[in-house]
Amino acid sequence: MLPTLAQEATPSVCAYCGLPSQPGQRFCCPGCAAAFETIQHLGLGSYYKERLLDPSARAPRPEQSDRLAFGRFITTDAQGRHTLNLAVDGLQCGACVWLIEQILSRTPGLSEGRVNMTTRRLRLVWSGPIEDATGFVDAVEALGYRLVPYDATQMAASRDRTGAALMRALAVAGFAAGNVMLISIAIWAGVFQGMGPATRDLFHWVSALIALPAIAYAGRPFFTSAIAALRQGRSNMDVPISIGVILVSSMSLVETLRSGENTYFDSAISLVFFLLIGRVLDHRARAQARASAEQLLALQQGDVTVIDSTGTSRRLAAGHVEPGWQILVGMGERVGVDGEVVTGQSSLDASLITGESLPVAAGPGSIVYAGTINLGEAITVRATRTGEATLLADCVRLIEAAEARRSRFVVLADRVARRYAPVVHICAALTFLYWWLIAGAPIEQSLLTAAAVLIITCPCALALAVPAVQVIATGRLLRAGILLKSATALERLAEVDTVVFDKTGTLTQPSFALVNATEVQAADLRVAAGLAAASRHPLARALVAASGPVVIAAGVVEVAGQGLKLATPHGEIRLGSRPFAGDPAAPPALGPEIWLHRSATLPICFRFGEQLRPDANRVVRALEALGLRVRLLSGDQPEAVARTAASLALQQWEGACTPVTKVSRIEAMKQQGSHVLMVGDGLNDGPSLAAAQISMSPATGADISQNVADVVFQGERLAPVLAVLRMARRTRMLMRQNIGLSLGYNLVMVPLAITGQVTPWLAAAAMSCSSLIVLANSFRARGGKDLAWP
Amino acid sequence: MAVMMLFLIVLSLVLGGTGLALFLWALRSGQYEDLDGAASRILFDDPPTK
Repeated sequence: MLPTLAQEATPSVCAYCGLPSQPGQRFCCPGCAAAFETIQHLGLGSYYKERLLDPSARAPRPEQSDRLAFGRFITTDAQGRHTLNLAVDGLQCGACVWLIEQILSRTPGLSEGRVNMTTRRLRLVWSGPIEDATGFVDAVEALGYRLVPYDATQMAASRDRTGAALMRALAVAGFAAGNVMLISIAIWAGVFQGMGPATRDLFHWVSALIALPAIAYAGRPFFTSAIAALRQGRSNMDVPISIGVILVSSMSLVETLRSGENTYFDSAISLVFFLLIGRVLDHRARAQARASAEQLLALQQGDVTVIDSTGTSRRLAAGHVEPGWQILVGMGERVGVDGEVVTGQSSLDASLITGESLPVAAGPGSIVYAGTINLGEAITVRATRTGEATLLADCVRLIEAAEARRSRFVVLADRVARRYAPVVHICAALTFLYWWLIAGAPIEQSLLTAAAVLIITCPCALALAVPAVQVIATGRLLRAGILLKSATALERLAEVDTVVFDKTGTLTQPSFALVNATEVQAADLRVAAGLAAASRHPLARALVAASGPVVIAAGVVEVAGQGLKLATPHGEIRLGSRPFAGDPAAPPALGPEIWLHRSATLPICFRFGEQLRPDANRVVRALEALGLRVRLLSGDQPEAVARTAASLALQQWEGACTPVTKVSRIEAMKQQGSHVLMVGDGLNDGPSLAAAQISMSPATGADISQNVADVVFQGERLAPVLAVLRMARRTRMLMRQNIGLSLGYNLVMVPLAITGQVTPWLAAAAMSCSSLIVLANSFRARGGKDLAWP
Repeated sequence: MAVMMLFLIVLSLVLGGTGLALFLWALRSGQYEDLDGAASRILFDDPPTK
């Protein structure tokens, strides 16, 4: 029976996961009912009151999925306590964290089960038998979350030493800056109230005792970077910063020793403090982006099923397989090794290796490669090359070679600093020589005037100019689902004049799309999707996506490698491959297909193909409007590439590219002086991603391309490519304005300093003003319509 | 007067230093590692334990 309009207007949703359910039913599937029952039984019902389902996150519908073997991820310490770190998929809000921890706290044997919501990771610690891990993970997965173990030592984000060191430096600098400024207030008040010189000297000494050790400790991030640059015969922004801070401190120390009137400890330490705030924010924004990217990677890794001579199977990491072993590759699973098919007939998605969008047929004797995905029946593969010897590993080495060739990019701030530092230091030296030799001033006074020039030019505003804009822009992009992994990504993006796209998975959607939707009845589609919702097969997913949210039909049985079946009062319904549910007399398929078979009617065929991302056309037009050249390089058949190029009105395209030709095309463009942005997703794109000046990859892409890409974007739209380019140009403009502002301030103040007119209060006021103006200007990176989707 | 001032300066430094030490301790013990989680944890009561 078709649902009435009224029912469609108020669709019934599952009380547990929030996905649609059968009208009148409380739950969409037995898994949700069981999860609900568990929560009620434990008296955790307040979870529903507190939670906030995030439509963009995966709904907490419990699903059966392949599970990685935990064994190699568990570490055991000397006291016999085991630790397992897991990435959590499907975390919606704080209530989920609470629920998972409550469930785990009621699981006997576990001594610690804590979720980190920021990094979306779960840490389990227990001292019982090592096999207990399965029970803990089962308890959480039964609630609809997916857990994937990861190796904590491999995750950069979990051993963030730099971040912690910067925070400590910031704390010390903040403490010292606060106290020294308090004392400065006392000194200034004393100037107007007639404080005796002995008291002033005391205050100067206290300031020196606080500020000097603090600068020595908190200034290390700048000093080490400056020394590293000088050793290589280069200069960067940290060189003038370090020289400025050290000079100001030592001059103030000299003044203190000879009971001078003015010291500048407060300027020096607050400069370090403010610059450290910028460093910490910058580091944090990128650490967060890296952690998100690693999370995506962790959720994608896979194990293989090895069958030994006795016929028993076990799950093992792909890297531990030896040549000659037999491996079972189930439907929808990734082939972990290079090898030869022994039994089974299937089709494989080899897009990762070849960029080919149509699946290739594989039968006994066919050669298969690691990284391909089995779309059909389960097949058995005899491994010939494994681990580092696979074609996949060869591609990875190609990528590493291309990355090593990538030229060193000099960031804007360092380019400015290279010219700025010598000019400033020559200026100060000339000032000293003029006052001492020509004007005939005493040597102390000449030195003081020269030092004033250095203090005025201390690059406080200049050093803030770039990081302030970068932090704000990076944070804004992060919230829009665009992860910048490289610190220089924004600056390199702003230079881009050519955008090279890959086709499969980049211009087109990563998943298949139903192409004959108009030929099938909506009712048939709904029935088929009801069955398909029970499966994780990529084509079944595409079928569900085409029909919109559906109710999982109760009682669906999955027939391994063939399809799904459902017994109804009107006979059996089958959904699956052609031999299982199809019409054997139908003409052979051009692409992947699913058949729906009902006893009464003829089998119905659902055909699938690639589909452009919904906004691909608009994004390409907008990119051209920005004055960028857009090119398409694909490994796919020239005819398929031509069709895509035509539908996007692209003149420059090339099909049947191997990874090597792609790299050579990009190298050629670079030789002609182009700045190339490569957008690609497959392993075959890895080398070209590394060869281009800057690269982007969708989060659905192969893990290797995500690793190489400077920018990773999420979602099924292409708009992030446009958004990030616009944002980059805007940040470059703001950075240039900031540098202009701080140089302009110097142009006004330096002549005053050279002529000896600068009083301490004027220096302090001018320095703070220029920094505040630069900061205020940076906040303009928050506004603007750069992220508005076209 | 001078003794008073010295006493107050030392006092302010001791107080500030205590704050700094507490912050460094909090940092070391991992209290800054999950700011999002900490923000939402406060909203949940512990359920009655059976």
